[in-house]
Amino acid sequence: MNVASLTIDQVRAGLRAKEFTATELAQAALDFAAAENAKTNAYLHFSAERALSAAAEVDAALGRGEDPGPLAGVPIAVKDVILVKDVRNTCASRLLEKFVAPYDATAVQRLEAAGGVIIGKANCDEFAMGSSNENSAFGPVRNPVALDRVPGGSSGGSAAVVAQGTAVVSLGSDTGGSIRQPASFCGVVGVTPTYGRVSRYGLVAFASSLDHIGPFARNVRDAATLLQSIAGRDPADSTSAFAPVADYSGAMTGDIRSMRLGLPKEYFAGLESETGGLVEKGIAALRRLGAEVREVSLPNTEYAISCYYVICTAEASSNLARYDGVRYTSRAAGANSLAGMYRETRGEGFGAECKRRIMLGTYVLSHGYYDAYYIKAQKVRTLIARDFANAFKEVDALITPVSPFPAFKLGEKLDDPMQMYLSDIYTITGDIAGIPCMSVPCGATHDGLPVGMQILTNHFEEAAMFRIAEAFERNGGIAAA
Amino acid sequence: MKITEATVRQVAELANLRLTETETARMAREMESILGHIDKMAELDTTDVPPMAQVLYDAGETGTLRADVEHAPLSNDSAVANAPLAGNGFFKVQLVIER
Repeated sequence: MNVASLTIDQVRAGLRAKEFTATELAQAALDFAAAENAKTNAYLHFSAERALSAAAEVDAALGRGEDPGPLAGVPIAVKDVILVKDVRNTCASRLLEKFVAPYDATAVQRLEAAGGVIIGKANCDEFAMGSSNENSAFGPVRNPVALDRVPGGSSGGSAAVVAQGTAVVSLGSDTGGSIRQPASFCGVVGVTPTYGRVSRYGLVAFASSLDHIGPFARNVRDAATLLQSIAGRDPADSTSAFAPVADYSGAMTGDIRSMRLGLPKEYFAGLESETGGLVEKGIAALRRLGAEVREVSLPNTEYAISCYYVICTAEASSNLARYDGVRYTSRAAGANSLAGMYRETRGEGFGAECKRRIMLGTYVLSHGYYDAYYIKAQKVRTLIARDFANAFKEVDALITPVSPFPAFKLGEKLDDPMQMYLSDIYTITGDIAGIPCMSVPCGATHDGLPVGMQILTNHFEEAAMFRIAEAFERNGGIAAA
Repeated sequence: MKITEATVRQVAELANLRLTETETARMAREMESILGHIDKMAELDTTDVPPMAQVLYDAGETGTLRADVEHAPLSNDSAVANAPLAGNGFFKVQLVIER
């Protein structure tokens, strides 16, 4: 068995043919991941005990002749903002360095019920705030494709482990592009499902109206299998959607003839030329596969970054108010009043990006600015969502770049937060509207840096999105152009 | 929008966040730059546009009601297990009311 390149299908076949047991695979995956981690820092900690006990259950089920589930024995990494009971959950923050999760996230419960084996927690930007993984209090993640470059963020660790082969699939979270952008930088598949498609119960809240949990995988089919296992209504999350979950696997027929694909013209201006050229090739390949391609317009795109950085910071400032030194592990020493203790604990515990977002969020929600910033941003959000609704009257899916450029060097954008924010320009709109979107590998630059192509569909149309992505992948990606 | 260090201090007070002098100066520059970009929204006419707080979908009238069955909540021990200081099942903080 080659742990580094396994797919879900290969794990299933290996278990069935008794080439290895789930326990042997879990141990091999843990050993390999621990040995490789020094290169990338993609894992923050491992959950060996939990992994081996889940694997033992899979082996026992197989021994009884039962079906152990679609993810049986599959080694999985989970971003360190998604709770796994009795395992540390740091959110890559000093403030939560010693926090141990008191319960399981619904997504975690479901992937284990499907036989999945969680081997560790993936590094990320602190509280999922960032686009490069350099905001982790426990050191940045290095891109396994080019170790002097960032893996993207905030789910940089979740993307890196899949690219590096130290997990078969992983879970990340996406608020403004935190799954798709690192997937594109690391050359893997990353999916942000419809808002509410996957329960947020047990996901540490950053911006609740924008937060999503979603899968990373080395191929489209594995990503779809993982999403299939975790999607669906959860009474523990009042925003989780009631819509029935479609059969993703059955939708991947390889046939995209006569599907109507839209190219939003606003997404192709100002694109770095090599990235643009690769995405153009991707579009040419889709056209060759029989899709009908036309230009569309999403006229309010240029206001998306402004809208996003008001709403996400406002929600973040509220959500992060709970870290006050009372309930969550860290408390600054020496303060002699309650208010002083709050201030010192937060000043000591939060990193620069979290402080920036708490400050911006508090400012836009404060008296005198609430209408001009927060309510205005919510109105702009309506306009951006309407743009998508109008576009989906004409087309089945939209095709765009994921990021204006491939993975940049560590440190390159760290001193200019606005430049870092602008790198999310093509991904935040999907979160604002709450529609499903994904990054699928679309070739590499002359320097060997991966580029992703983004596919967006209407609410709950994940099946169509997977159909396009899988047909593209099946026919060799840009090679089909 | 000019963001002064005094504004930063006032907002930090609201946010219960201690900032050092260096952080305060840097925060003023960065907030001014970011808010300068955000101000672009003002160009858009949003009269009669309803604000969107959440992505909403249609659900059945009683869809959000769950079956009325008991289930165990998080135990008291688990709830205080991560506290920096706890005792007798409570979170402990500095003295709030002086006698």
